[in-house]
Amino acid sequence: MTGTTLYDKIWNAHMVDEQADGNCLMYIDRHLVHEVTSPQAFEGLRMTGRTVRAPHKVLALADHNIPTTDRTGGVDAIEDPESKLQIQTLEKNCAEFGLEYVAMDDIRQGIVHVTGPEQGFTLPGLTIVCGDSHTSTHGAFGALAHGIGTSEVEHVLATQTLIQSKAKNFRINVVGEAPDYITAKDIALAIVGEIGTAGGTGYVLEYAGPAIEALSIEGRMTLCNMSIEAGARAGLVAPDEKTYAFLEGRAKAPKGADWDQAVAYWRTLSSDGDAVFDKEVTIDASDLPPLVTWGTSPQDVISIDGSVPNPADIKDEARRKSTERALDYMGLTAGTPMQEVAIDRVFIGSCTNSRIEDLRAAAAIAKGKTVVPSVSAMVVPGSGLIKLQAEKEGLDKIFIDAGFEWREPGCSMCLAMNADKLQPGERCASTSNRNFEGRQGRGGRTHLVSPEMAAAAAVTGHFTDIRNLKAEG
Amino acid sequence: MQKFNHLTGIAAPLDILNVDTDMIIPKQFLKTIQRSGLGKNLFDEMRYTPEGEEVADFVLNQAAYREAEVLVAGDNFGCGSSREHAPWALLDFGIRCVISTSFADIFYNNCFKNGILPIVLPQADVDKLMDDAKRGANATVTIDLESQTIKGPDGGTIAFEVDAFRKKCLLEGLDDIGLTLQKSTSIDTYETALADQPWR
Ligand code: SF4
Repeated sequence: MTGTTLYDKIWNAHMVDEQADGNCLMYIDRHLVHEVTSPQAFEGLRMTGRTVRAPHKVLALADHNIPTTDRTGGVDAIEDPESKLQIQTLEKNCAEFGLEYVAMDDIRQGIVHVTGPEQGFTLPGLTIVCGDSHTSTHGAFGALAHGIGTSEVEHVLATQTLIQSKAKNFRINVVGEAPDYITAKDIALAIVGEIGTAGGTGYVLEYAGPAIEALSIEGRMTLCNMSIEAGARAGLVAPDEKTYAFLEGRAKAPKGADWDQAVAYWRTLSSDGDAVFDKEVTIDASDLPPLVTWGTSPQDVISIDGSVPNPADIKDEARRKSTERALDYMGLTAGTPMQEVAIDRVFIGSCTNSRIEDLRAAAAIAKGKTVVPSVSAMVVPGSGLIKLQAEKEGLDKIFIDAGFEWREPGCSMCLAMNADKLQPGERCASTSNRNFEGRQGRGGRTHLVSPEMAAAAAVTGHFTDIRNLKAEG
Repeated sequence: MQKFNHLTGIAAPLDILNVDTDMIIPKQFLKTIQRSGLGKNLFDEMRYTPEGEEVADFVLNQAAYREAEVLVAGDNFGCGSSREHAPWALLDFGIRCVISTSFADIFYNNCFKNGILPIVLPQADVDKLMDDAKRGANATVTIDLESQTIKGPDGGTIAFEVDAFRKKCLLEGLDDIGLTLQKSTSIDTYETALADQPWR
């Protein structure tokens, strides 16, 4: 018999029931809930008179729709009546169903995928769901984590399970040693560029290899975060000593004997040497350049020293048309060197890149420099605790002195549901994960980059190869 | 959930690759705490100008497709955000079936929970249906879930695959949660065994 993969192991450990048709009832260990995809689920419970099966396995907070400007007025002072109602509704629902709710003025409040790991709510080997596609982030700990729709949110609340069919195994080997200017974001973009936005559809990805082992936990979160951009159901990294070191002592992580027992179990969570994957690709991190997207799909990736692609070079008609459409939307001309493309806005934040390591990296580039006058740049920390830590380290001062706005935690301009959004035609260097048409505001033009590249664009006014900037500095 | 068994309706062609859920229903409409009423904002930023005027050449604004019940679309339909507002908006508009060469996982799942049938077909079949759909109001298709077939306007029949369990749920309009609650004892047993792993 051949060995099993990490995904197989977690899957097998969570199967409650297997139907004859292959669909399985899977146990869910943790459920993160936010304000946008949950109101209709709670309404469903009320209408059917159902209760929440395991309230202590749920953690709720508002992040998508929350203002990132001064919040001292509290929820009542939120200007947009719909946003306010949605946040109040979540708070009310949590009270009604007995769920832990991290309020807006709680220092732990932040983006759900930042707060969960930070609190030790996320642990290896668990199944974790949330009504948000970037739940894949938690895979960085070796947890099987994926996004679900609102009907499934209701299903998990009522039953603590999900009906699932098993995905296939896809291993992404990232070999070589990444140069110091290559971040987890570049690796993530390289993978999406390589396999395409549907390349992972029907699969769970396992990221493996020396370049993955070398990544920090923050970096692994960035990487797993973008698994969904490759169409995958989830992304996984096997837990290791870094994982345990990150989690030990966190508020919701096990303590004492439970901790020791948990770690002993977590050590069994890796793919067997003879495990068979349905698909594998290998990417060499040692020769990656810093990357930037040029189009309206995360797979539209190009080296910072490259140029806007020419649709005329594309043979496939559907692809050519889609490239033409993207360039038209993005207001770009084929052949333009990416480094000559001027930007209007910079967004450093989102569940992809808003952790302390990201802010440190961006601050290192911004330090002593100034955001060019034509650019407006903002930094939105991933959680209140990250904001606090950054302030302790004086990062806020570096950003503010350089001319960046320093905001309160939330999703902000990653999806532009609140007031933080691009105006039509504005071009943004963004550390978020999606560059879809209108994602950051109707008519807005998003280019995905690492925090370093975003900071570099802010202080130069155009996309800039951080390799050159670093050499100067 | 609304049942789905048999549908005869107009198919609208949406010949775009990677239609994401941000396109299907932009985020400004996610502030609602209800499921209904999203149909008027389906494909909002493609369908209306910033001033709120209809964009004449957008497919669902054309006379032939205003009553469309089927959407024929390019590869990787429904990628991006997990928002179930996307199928809610489609349903509220009147779309009960989407046909493409592939769908993003979460969107595909969400459709079944809302009585929408997503059909995956090989490129050649989608091309054919896309062609037919482009011919306008005459391009009525008939979809029969029981026999898993699509009949085109010229009488040709295309067969499709669908998971047996999902098919049953759609045909009978079954409530997933109700079905799962019938297995409460299995869940109880599973939870009892969890005592061995206190951190869970
Ligand atoms: S930061 Fe962006 S991608 Fe992450 S949860 Fe918020 S909206 Fe989704």
